[in-house]
Amino acid sequence: MVAVSSWGRLSQSEHQVHFLTHRHPAPVQIRETAPGLAHGMGRSYGDAALNPGGCLWNTTSLDRFISLDERTGQLACETGVLLRDIQRLMMPRGWILPVTPGTQLITVGGAIANDVHGKNHHVLGCFGDHVLRLTLLRTDGEIIECGPDLLPDWFAATVGGIGLTGVILSATIQLRRIAGPWLNTETIAYASLDQFFQQADDSEADWEHTVSWIDCCVGSQGRGLFMRGNPVEVENRAEPRDRSFGMPFVPPFSLVNRWSLRLFNAAYFNLKKRKAAPRIMHYQPFFYPLDNLLEWNRMYGPKGFFQYQCVVPRETGDDAIQAMLGDIARSGEGSFLAVLKTFGNRQPVGMLSFPQPGVTLALDFSNKAMQTAQLFARLDAIVREAGGRIYLAKDARMPRDLFEAGYPRLNEFLPYRDRGISSAMSRRLMGF
Amino acid sequence: MLIQKKRIVIIGATSAIAEHCARLWVNQSPADLVLVGRDTAKIEQVAADLLIRSPESAVQSHRLDFTDPVQIRRLADEIADYGAIDIVLIAHGSLPDQAACQQDLAACREALTLNGISPVLFAEAFAGHMQKANTGALIIIGSVAGDRGRKSNYVYGSAKGLVTRYAQGLQHRLADSNVKVVLIKPGPTDTPMTRHLKQQGDNGLASVEKVAKSIVKGASRGQLVVYAPVKWAWIMMVVRHLPYFLFKRLNV
Repeated sequence: MVAVSSWGRLSQSEHQVHFLTHRHPAPVQIRETAPGLAHGMGRSYGDAALNPGGCLWNTTSLDRFISLDERTGQLACETGVLLRDIQRLMMPRGWILPVTPGTQLITVGGAIANDVHGKNHHVLGCFGDHVLRLTLLRTDGEIIECGPDLLPDWFAATVGGIGLTGVILSATIQLRRIAGPWLNTETIAYASLDQFFQQADDSEADWEHTVSWIDCCVGSQGRGLFMRGNPVEVENRAEPRDRSFGMPFVPPFSLVNRWSLRLFNAAYFNLKKRKAAPRIMHYQPFFYPLDNLLEWNRMYGPKGFFQYQCVVPRETGDDAIQAMLGDIARSGEGSFLAVLKTFGNRQPVGMLSFPQPGVTLALDFSNKAMQTAQLFARLDAIVREAGGRIYLAKDARMPRDLFEAGYPRLNEFLPYRDRGISSAMSRRLMGF
Repeated sequence: MLIQKKRIVIIGATSAIAEHCARLWVNQSPADLVLVGRDTAKIEQVAADLLIRSPESAVQSHRLDFTDPVQIRRLADEIADYGAIDIVLIAHGSLPDQAACQQDLAACREALTLNGISPVLFAEAFAGHMQKANTGALIIIGSVAGDRGRKSNYVYGSAKGLVTRYAQGLQHRLADSNVKVVLIKPGPTDTPMTRHLKQQGDNGLASVEKVAKSIVKGASRGQLVVYAPVKWAWIMMVVRHLPYFLFKRLNV
């Protein structure tokens, strides 16, 4: 038994960890050790990838490429391949993953199981929109090949299905042509939510990537920095070298508190505001700003942290976001890492995929037990009222009724669950 | 101009460390690889992966009984017939259950054969060819476990100790040649072989990528002994010199 935490470091529970190392012995290995749950890089914040007291099938050694068609950009790989490794391998050959989230240190299997999205959601949708095939291993040994045009119901259940329909062994992904690793970017300060929505709407047609950092300390009107980018061809520019720093230890208390937060946010906002001119950026700092700061999750101290990410429909979104920002500012909680983004007007593939048309807000909160729970209860009420939902990849605590209200396709999903798989999250939200 | 590709032979090519070394080598420049393993399906998967990482490389795979001197000799001769070899990496092994080795002499013999005798047979089969060609690096993976016997894994440790003495002798024999013999001593590494030791996060187990990096670096420098990661050189210096009256109290 070994102690395993998820990214939020809220718990340190004992797990029986089995490493899957090759594809062909996996069915026997899984059948013999079930019930369990697949676990990749452990970047889910909450309890989606935890199974305390039970078994985890670690997939990070299943990290081989299987086939590549350089003419069509179709790449097949094992489930544990990191998005970073695909980018590094394929970028020089003129291909890129169409959709990646804010970190590339996640596995392909995890990206599918959480149907992750990125800054270009309004153009290219979610990760699952670019998966052509996946191989799903059920704990009874059955292997199911599925895709958008092959057993599409299995595919829709597995994409975004947080690992509960079986173990994803491998996948074929449609990559996208790219001229090079550079992006033309702009940063625009906004002083109110109205300005944010204005920027977002104006940018949607002409900009492939849009996202905004929001200062959660200033109250319901918000202020922040709207960032947008487009791929651009740049000749002969040296790529930045890989440099990473680690958070070497867990500080005895959270470094994020109401004083450090106000100070940092004000400094960051004013500094960036002045440097708002358009500039050429490498894709790595633009897409994955935190990847070079290894184990940054430790800065919240020994009690860990929550990430609260919700999406609310556009019609109710303006009021809902205002109300949430007001509550957060009054609480004095929140963090530097706060993101506000509009989603495109499209439905995701997966039955339990998170994105829906509207606007999404994501914020980290140091874990302060009751105090944090009370704030979340207020935010939950706003999300419920607005007809929104909370992202399963981030969640560690939403009440079951909010889950059921937010994910109307739940009953359609349940028959596809694998009885030999269960997680802390599935027991909390689905009862088994 | 056609650049001659490096010829690299990897014994135990499906081990996690060997696989990561191979990835590093083909990332440096396209190579001519010979992968030798015990499980055909696994070798084929590793080969396919390496060819995608480096389409200009060439990969041959061989399945072999790791304890059969006749097969080992034949393989080495065949490979050497094609021309000089730049790198031979001998990486196979398995961490036996010490308690089982104490109970079951067959298990004990198997552990000694696979981790001690077999690597020596492979090294010996290639050493002659490399000496004749007067070039190349012969890299053998030993272990810090071979530095001092201890109760929790001395069967494995003694096999690796054998490899250590063998490598010393071979280095002596080839001292005047251009052939480099490099003995790698990985500390406990996060591989499938050691997975039951694994704690998540900061657990003292080195990542397999890190170990692979120090192997590739040590090989290119031709160091005699490479501890991977380097901190194990210091740890093992202390362990080797610890007086017995203290050592015997350690529960290691």
